[in-house]
Amino acid sequence: MCEACGCGATSLGVNDTETVEILGRLLDANDRTAAHNRAHFNSHHVVAFNLMSAPGAGKTALLETTIDALRSEYRIAVIEGDLATENDARRIRARGIPAVQITTGSACHLDASMVHAALHDLALAELDIVFIENVGNLVCPASFDLGQHRNVVLLSVTEGDDKPAKYPVMFRTADIVLLTKMDLAPVMDDFDTQRAEDAVRNLANAAPVVALSARQAMTLVTWTAWLRGEVTTIRAGHDRRSGTREANHGHHRPAMA
Amino acid sequence: MRRSRLKAPTIMHELSICQALVSQVLTLAQERAASSVRQVRIGVGPLSGVEWQLLQSAYPLACAGTRAEGSRLEIEHTELRVRCRSCGIDSVVAPNHLTCTACGDWRTALISGDELLLLSVELEIADQKEELARV
Ligand SMILES: Nc1nc2c(ncn2[C@@H]2O[C@H](COP(=O)(O)OP(=O)(O)O)[C@@H](O)[C@H]2O)c(=O)[nH]1
Ligand SMILES: [Mg+2]
Ligand SMILES: [Zn+2]
Ligand SMILES: [Zn+2]
Repeated sequence: MCEACGCGATSLGVNDTETVEILGRLLDANDRTAAHNRAHFNSHHVVAFNLMSAPGAGKTALLETTIDALRSEYRIAVIEGDLATENDARRIRARGIPAVQITTGSACHLDASMVHAALHDLALAELDIVFIENVGNLVCPASFDLGQHRNVVLLSVTEGDDKPAKYPVMFRTADIVLLTKMDLAPVMDDFDTQRAEDAVRNLANAAPVVALSARQAMTLVTWTAWLRGEVTTIRAGHDRRSGTREANHGHHRPAMA
Repeated sequence: MRRSRLKAPTIMHELSICQALVSQVLTLAQERAASSVRQVRIGVGPLSGVEWQLLQSAYPLACAGTRAEGSRLEIEHTELRVRCRSCGIDSVVAPNHLTCTACGDWRTALISGDELLLLSVELEIADQKEELARV
């Protein structure tokens, strides 16, 4: 194969081969399903947040306290993808919030078609916010768009402040980075929040880096203020474009499912 | 190296990406009435989120039993390049250090390096004369 001139030398003079030049994303099918999910959310003015972290960083615990803080303002639902069991969904439902469990089995990430299936178990018209708890994994989920509006990446103080440098693909996707389990900071004295923030900046990511603890409701104010701001901004965007968005919303083509 | 702890999930991850790749390739082969696939070329950047060595080992598994069985996967590695928003200079950088090498500012824009692209497919087209002769 002639790399330098791109002439496809191996196929020259051989009449039974054909080289087709394409320039497309490998995950094109997933991207299209994700766009379809986003259209679902937008048509109902629902804002979707994708929560990603290493296993046990505190996604479910954060959702529990966040629900308590916001439930009087927003109608919330959760898509749970973290475990093959119903444990996390049960924790959310115990708070009277609808939760759909995606049973990923041994899958290492959620993809857009799993979320699409889950959407049909949610009454989007009666919701304002959907939180998607992704599989606990700092590698795979970063590659798969689900149709969310924003990415939330959690890093617990017990994991070390150099995680963003070790998992740059994941931390580059973050629209906000939450440093969780801050109540443990006094005992985890080698975790430096400034170093964690510097590591995020080194990825050319301007996302806010916010320290909090799911055990201390007081520490959630910056995070919940960010959520309110994003919900307002994203919904304003829907309103401006709602005409075209709704017109483009073709319904459930099987090819995309 | 850093992935060794995560080996099981990552191989599965690359396998699912290969399955997406092979299904695109097979659609194309079908459209062009190809009898088989010879070679598939993809472009992979250092920030694509996939480990190319694992892609290479997952590829034959995804091809097994299809028209793409036996085809070669050729991987082109793209360069990780950023442009400084403050001084405008381009730098070639490491995946966890996307700062400008000229002025040190972290406010840069990615020019290339996160791609996961299907570049070309080399197909074997059934010889029509031979087909006719056999009829
Ligand atoms: N001390 C402390 N523990 C927490 C906090 N958040 C979560 N945990 C604990 O960390 C473990 C994993 O939390 P979980 O929410 O299930 O993590 P997930 O796997 O990311 O959903 C549980 O034992 C939680 O009780 C926190 O803010 N402080
Ligand atoms: Mg959980
Ligand atoms: Zn995966
Ligand atoms: Zn610069």
